[in-house]
Amino acid sequence: MQISTATASFESPPIDAVGVEERVARLCSRSIKKDAKLQALHLTLSMIDLTTLEGADSEGKVRQLCAKALQLHAALPDLPHVAAVCVYPALVGVAKRALEGSGINVASVATSFPAGQAPIEIKLLEVRRAVEAGADEVDMVISRGRFLAGDFAYTADEIASVKEACGEAHLKVILETGELGTLDAVRRASDLAMRSGADFIKTSTGKIKPAATMPVVLVMLEAIRDHYRRTGQKIGMKPAGGISTAKDAIRHLVMVRETLGQDWLDPDLYRFGASSLANDVLRQIVKQRSGIYQSFDDFSL
Amino acid sequence: MTDSTPPTGLTAPKLRLGLRDGSDDGWGYAPAPESTDHVELRDRYGLFIAGEFTDAADGRTFETANPATEEKIADVALAGDADVDAAVAAARHAYDEVWSKLAPRERGKYVYRIARVLQERGRELAITESLDGGKPIRESRDVDIPLAAAHFFYYAGWADKLDYAFPGRGARPLGVAGQVIPWNFPLLMAAWKIAPAIAAGNTVVLKPAETTPLTALKLAEIIRDAGVPPGVVNIVTGAGETGAAVVQHEDVDKVAFTGSTEVGKLIRRALAGSGKHYTLELGGKAANLVFEDAAVDQAVEGIVNGIFFNQGHVCCAGSRLLVQESVAGEVISKLKDRMETLIVGDPLDKNTDIGAINSRAQLDKIEEYLEIGEAEGAEPFQTSCPVPERGYWCRPTLFLHASQSHRVVQEEIFGPVLAVQTFRTVDEGIAMANNTPYGLSGGVWSDKGAKAFRVTSRIRAGVLWANTYNKFDPTAPFGGYKESGIGREGGLAGLHAYLQPEAAA
Amino acid sequence: MSERRSAAAADRLPVLKTHKVYVGGKFPRSESGRFDRALAPDGTPIANICRCSRKDVRDAVTAARAAQAGWAARTAYNRGQILYRIAEMLEGRSGQFEALLAAGGRAPDEAAVEVQAATDRLLHYAGWTDKFQQVFSSVNPVATSHFNFSILEPMGVVGVLAPQSPLLGLVSSIAPAIAGGNTTVVLVTGSQPLPATTFGEVLNSSDVPGGVVNILTGRRDEMLAPLAAHRDVDAVLLCSPDPDVARSAEIEAVHNLKRVAVRAHEDWADVQSPYEITDLQEVKTTWHPIGS
Repeated sequence: MQISTATASFESPPIDAVGVEERVARLCSRSIKKDAKLQALHLTLSMIDLTTLEGADSEGKVRQLCAKALQLHAALPDLPHVAAVCVYPALVGVAKRALEGSGINVASVATSFPAGQAPIEIKLLEVRRAVEAGADEVDMVISRGRFLAGDFAYTADEIASVKEACGEAHLKVILETGELGTLDAVRRASDLAMRSGADFIKTSTGKIKPAATMPVVLVMLEAIRDHYRRTGQKIGMKPAGGISTAKDAIRHLVMVRETLGQDWLDPDLYRFGASSLANDVLRQIVKQRSGIYQSFDDFSL
Repeated sequence: MTDSTPPTGLTAPKLRLGLRDGSDDGWGYAPAPESTDHVELRDRYGLFIAGEFTDAADGRTFETANPATEEKIADVALAGDADVDAAVAAARHAYDEVWSKLAPRERGKYVYRIARVLQERGRELAITESLDGGKPIRESRDVDIPLAAAHFFYYAGWADKLDYAFPGRGARPLGVAGQVIPWNFPLLMAAWKIAPAIAAGNTVVLKPAETTPLTALKLAEIIRDAGVPPGVVNIVTGAGETGAAVVQHEDVDKVAFTGSTEVGKLIRRALAGSGKHYTLELGGKAANLVFEDAAVDQAVEGIVNGIFFNQGHVCCAGSRLLVQESVAGEVISKLKDRMETLIVGDPLDKNTDIGAINSRAQLDKIEEYLEIGEAEGAEPFQTSCPVPERGYWCRPTLFLHASQSHRVVQEEIFGPVLAVQTFRTVDEGIAMANNTPYGLSGGVWSDKGAKAFRVTSRIRAGVLWANTYNKFDPTAPFGGYKESGIGREGGLAGLHAYLQPEAAA
Repeated sequence: MSERRSAAAADRLPVLKTHKVYVGGKFPRSESGRFDRALAPDGTPIANICRCSRKDVRDAVTAARAAQAGWAARTAYNRGQILYRIAEMLEGRSGQFEALLAAGGRAPDEAAVEVQAATDRLLHYAGWTDKFQQVFSSVNPVATSHFNFSILEPMGVVGVLAPQSPLLGLVSSIAPAIAGGNTTVVLVTGSQPLPATTFGEVLNSSDVPGGVVNILTGRRDEMLAPLAAHRDVDAVLLCSPDPDVARSAEIEAVHNLKRVAVRAHEDWADVQSPYEITDLQEVKTTWHPIGS
C-alpha cells in the first residue's frame, strides 16, 4: 500500500481538447448498418450495468430491476443478458438473491458514493460490507477534492486501500470527470487509478453533469491503451451517465473498436452504466428485425 | 540522425484494430454506401460559354471515368483554341457591358445565390465529386462542398465593401481572369478561384482538370440557374493544351493557376514582361514536426489528417513527418496502430477513409515513388487493409528511416505516402523543415505555447498549423513561400489578387 | 582668419574620393578589378567607379543572406530607429549630396529639394516599421475552434535594380524593403552612381548592420541576370521603365519563382506608400486550437 511517492510523481501526457473533439467527431461519422448494427446492439445489451442509485431505492425496486435483468424482453428470448445490476450496498443482498445462478454480477457503489466525503475508515468498512453481502464488483469514487488540490499521493493510497478491501471483487474507480475540469485531469486521474489497482475506470456517478461525454471517454480509452502497451495489463472501461440511446452506445463501441481493438468489445472489459439505455437498444433490435419503429410502451420498465 | 525507431519499451501483444481485414473474426463494419439514386448525370457534357452549354467547335470530346471502378461516366467536350477564344470573348463582353456596370451590392447578391444553391444541392455535388474524383464521401460531404459554399458566401459579402479592403488606394477589378484548377479538390478549387474573382467585379474563364470536370459543370448549371449574367463565368473543359490556351490568351488580364510547380514555372515564364497579374498555388513537401512535449494521441491524429486526407492528393499535405527522437518510438508505433483502422475502398462508402487514387497516371507515379523509396534504403510500412480488385488504390504507407537526401523526402509524391525522419533539437527540426525548395505549409505539435509560436514563426511557409493540420477556411489566406507559389487565396489577401489600385485602372 | 583660410585652400590640393562598393558593411572594390568612369553631363570624367562582376553579385547575396535573419529579428521599433538614424545622417550630409547631384547636372535648388525629399522619405518609412503590420495583418474569424491570424513576414533577400533617379529613387526603393525586414543587394547602373556610393557611407554610419544593404555599381547587362537568376534571392524589385528589362529579369526569376515587383516610374516624387513595403512581404497564416 506504500505507493505514494513513486505513483504521485508520474507524468501523464498532455491532452489537446480540440484535437480530441475532432477525433470524436470523426469516429461519430462511422456508419454502422445492417448485420454490424445488430451485432453491436446485442453486444451493448451484454455490456450494460443495469443501475438504480436513488435515495428512494427499496427492496421492491431492486427486485423489479433484477427481474428485468433476467428477462429483458419476453418476446425475444435469445437476447444476451446484461453484465450486472448496480445498487447501493444496503441492497446488495437483495440483488444477490434475485440474480442467483443467472451469471449476472452484482455491482455495488461504495466509498460514500457519490460525494466520497467520508473518513477513509468508513469508506473501507462500506466496501467490506458490500463484498460480504455478495457484491462481485465495487464501484468506488475518488476524493475529487484531494485530487484537484494536487494530493495525488492521497488519491493513489485511497484507491490502493479500497482495492485491498475489495478482496476478490473487481474494482471500478469512478473519476467523476464532470468535476475534474479538464481532459488533462481526466487523463491524470485515469493513469493514477490504473497504476493504483483499478480493474475498471469509470467516468461518473451519474449524479453530476456532464458525465460520460465522448471526449472524456476517448481520453480514458487512450489511457487504458497506453497502460496496456506499457504493462500488458487490460484495464476495463465503464462510461456511466448520459448514454441513453442505442445510437450513443454504438458510437461508444466504434470508439472502443478503433482505440483498443477487438479485445475490449467484451463485457469483461467494457460496460455501460445506464438505466434507460437497455430499452432503447431493445427497441432498435426489434426494429431491425421487424422493420417497424417501436414504442417505449412495448417494453417493460 | 540515428535509427528512426528507437525501442518503445512495449512488450504487450498488438491491439486487434483492423476493421476490414479478412482475418478478423470480430466486429467489422458492414458496407454503408451512400445512395446515388437522385444524382442525375448526363452522358455528355458541353462547354459553358456565355451562359450556354455548347459542344466544342471541332466536336472533340474526352471521357471522364470513375477511378474506383475504371468505368466511364460521361463524354465531355474538349475545348480547343477557338472555344477558348469564344469563352474569353464572352468574359470580356460580360465584363465590359454588364458586370463592371452592375452595382456592387447586386453583384454580391448573385454570388450569395450561388452559395445558397451549393448548399441546397450539397448531397448531389458530394456524390458527384466522389464518383468523378475518387475521394471518400465523408470528405466531399463534410469538407469540399461545405467549404466551397462558404467561399462563395464569404466573398459575396466583399462585393460592396471593396473600398474598405485596402486603405488609401481604392480598388478596381482587373478584368478577365483565366483560371486553371487541379483534380484534387475540383469544386472547392473552382470556388476558391471564381468566388473572389467575380465578387471583386472580374469575369472568368475557368478550366477544370481533365479527370474531374463534372462538379465544375454542375457549378455552371448552378451559376446559370442563379441568373448570373451570361459570360461572367465561363467553363472550358479539356487537358493541358486547353489550360495553356486559357492562361496564355492575350485578352486575359489575370491568371490564376493551381497545380504543379513544374507547370507553374512554365506559366510564369510565359507571363514574363506581360504586366499581367497572376497567382500561383503550386506544390509542397510540408514538414509536420512532433516535439517530445506534444499531446501524442492528438499529434498522431494530426499526422494522419496531414498525409492521408484526400489520399494525400493535397499540395499542403504533411508529407514529411519529423519526430523528436525521444518520442519517435511511441509516435511511430501509435501511428501504425492508427493506420490499421483506416479503411481503403469504395469512395461512396460512408466509412471509407481513403478513397481511390484519382487516375491511373497518378497511381503509376505513386507506385514509382514506392519503388524509389525502397531502392534508396527507406523502410516501407503498409497496413493490412484489403483493397478492391478494380480501380486505383494505394494503402496508407510510411517510409521509415528516410533521409533528407532521399527523393521520397525531397519530392512531392501526392499520394498517401509519408516519409518519416527524426530530429534531436528544436533548431535541427526547424532546419530540416526548411531544407526544401518548397514552402507551402507546415505543422508543429507541442503542448508548450511559446515553443509552438516560436517554431511556426521560424518555418518558411505560408500556412502553419500548430497542434492541428489541414484546416481551411474562407477567411484564412492560403498560399506558399518559395517555389510553392506566388500570392494568396482566401481571406483579405485572396481578395487582393483580384483587385488593382484605383489609380492604376 | 578668413583670408588665411582661403589662402590655404588655394594652395592645397584636394583629396579626391575613391568610390567603392558597399558589401557586408565594408567598402571593397570589385573583385574583378575593373572600373567605369562616372561622367558629368558634358562627358567630363568625374570619378572612377567599380564595374562589378557576377562574382561581386554572388558575394553581395552571401552578405545579404547572412544578415537577413538577424535584421528581421530586430524589433520593429529598432528598425524604425535605425531608419530614422539614416535620415539624420543624410540630413547632416545634405551639402555633400547636393554637390553630387549638381555634378550630375541638377540645378542647385532642385538638388536641394531632392536631398530633402530623400531624407523625408526615410523618415516616412522609419515610421512605418512598427505600423504596417498593424494595418495589414489580420485575425481571421474561422468557423472552427481555432485562433487564426495572418501576419506579414519579409520575403528575405531582395535584389533591387535601382532606378535612374540617383538619390530619391534609390532611397525610395531601398527604404521600404529594409523597413519590412528584408536585406538587399542594390544594383546601381545609371549614369549617376556617385550619390549611391556615398549613400553607402551614410548607411555605414547609421547603425545599419553590415549586409542589410549592399550596393554594387556597374553594368546592368552584367549584373542583373545573375542576380535575378540567383536561387538564394527571394525577390527582385525592378525599377526600370523598360519592359524588356523587366521581361528578361522575370524569365531569370522563374528559376526559383522569386517574387518580382516592377516599378516603371521615372519620377519618384510621389512614390511613397505602405504598399511599397507590403509588396515585399509574404503573408503567413497560422492556426492554433482554442482549447478548454
